[in-house]
Amino acid sequence: MVDQAALENDHPLLVATSLSKSFGRIAACRDVSFALYPGEVLAIVGESGSGKSTLLQLLSGQLAASAGHVSYRMRDGVARDLATLGEAERRFLYRTDWGFVHQDPAQGLRMAVSAGANVGERLMAVGWNHYGRIRETASDWLTRVEIDTARIDDAPRTYSGGMRQRLQIARNLVTEPRLVFMDEPTGGLDVSVQARLLDLLRSLVAELNLAVVIVTHDLAVARLLSHRVMVMKGGRVIETGLTDQVLDDPREPYTQLLVSSILPP
Amino acid sequence: MTAMIDVTDAKKTFTMHLQGGIELPVVSGVTFQVSPGECVVLSGPSGAGKSSILKMIFGNYRCDSGRIGIRHRGALIDLASAEPRQVLNVRRSTIGYVSQFLRAVPRVATIDVVAEPLIVNGMARIDAQARAGELLHRLNIPERLWQLPPATFSGGEQQRVNIARGFISDLPILLLDEPTASLDAANRAVVVELVSEKKRRGTAMVAIVHDDEIRHLIADRIVDVTSFAAAA
Repeated sequence: MVDQAALENDHPLLVATSLSKSFGRIAACRDVSFALYPGEVLAIVGESGSGKSTLLQLLSGQLAASAGHVSYRMRDGVARDLATLGEAERRFLYRTDWGFVHQDPAQGLRMAVSAGANVGERLMAVGWNHYGRIRETASDWLTRVEIDTARIDDAPRTYSGGMRQRLQIARNLVTEPRLVFMDEPTGGLDVSVQARLLDLLRSLVAELNLAVVIVTHDLAVARLLSHRVMVMKGGRVIETGLTDQVLDDPREPYTQLLVSSILPP
Repeated sequence: MTAMIDVTDAKKTFTMHLQGGIELPVVSGVTFQVSPGECVVLSGPSGAGKSSILKMIFGNYRCDSGRIGIRHRGALIDLASAEPRQVLNVRRSTIGYVSQFLRAVPRVATIDVVAEPLIVNGMARIDAQARAGELLHRLNIPERLWQLPPATFSGGEQQRVNIARGFISDLPILLLDEPTASLDAANRAVVVELVSEKKRRGTAMVAIVHDDEIRHLIADRIVDVTSFAAAA
């Protein structure tokens, strides 16, 4: 079984090849290529306007590329070009095999329905219909993300920012996705709340062997969560490598500037 | 004897782009081997590049040229040119590193900080924690502290947690950066004992130790880093 897992890990899950995207004359993303393996966490760092969010949208199929393509290895082991997927396969990815954690939880949650329903909805979308079991699983997940199950019937608009973000994570992970995209998941939170969320993400990612592409401008977040880093500037990847290597021994002038701009703890 | 570590002509320079592209040569021509069960101590004054060499062997610093040969699962891998995924694999199952300072993760209990390397390699949490407890005991960290995150501990306590975390796995290679720097005599003696146990198990070690007495006790061979001083 271990060997099987090792074998599985030897094939990339997501492969980007020469991805580019232009908005009119502006090239938001130029010629980005990389491979992401199961269980691997890749951080995309760079300042606002560097193209990192555009890249995330290209990778997750929310935006069509001007050139290049993205392929994803489906659960049957076959890698497929995202642009040629049928509607059913696309739905399967969005509802089950992928997660997307937005910076603003209001974008990833339904704010007016209960927390339990927010989590249960993803299960119903994949065919669960036993109310008791859905509620039980939802309540399990609330516990895993450290939300008091007494709040299961409350809507997330009554939750604090940190709780909403944890609920969004539970909603994403309940279907046991293999790949999760995260866009500045700790962006809008207080520092103390951030630390708790990061720690939670770190342990869930390891436990579930999730592959993650996380966009962040916070190098501390990249250091804590990611194995590899891509530094973007002006739509291009200017430096890439092991996270500790890039952060402790940055090569490019811009990466050195980013690293030297961190305030000491 | 087949070397576990085989460094050949490795070179490292820092280019400081923010300081007008100034070049800081660190080391060049670094060449030495380490066999299983051997502890090589790097010597030389501060700034001679000892820690940098250790970081190059761990894949934390990149090399400008040369080879960092590591025997990993029976085959020789050049870490200087390895893919990030390979470096991570090598770190998981071949090279352990006790850094000078503990990089603590907020909120994680001491016992779990120490047990983590075993859990990552598939050991059951409960068994890993038992092993972690034994080591913490030996290193005189009182049990009442085990459930607390180490961030609030004293410097010496944090270093002992770091040592426990580094020594808990039976990896074939162990790199030690000043493991005894802020320890009292009793705990220094524990570290010396732990190092000899690793030698008996065949672990290849590279260490930096400033304390002459400790160096005497653990070094099988001394490599003088000043001979690798980079010509500017």
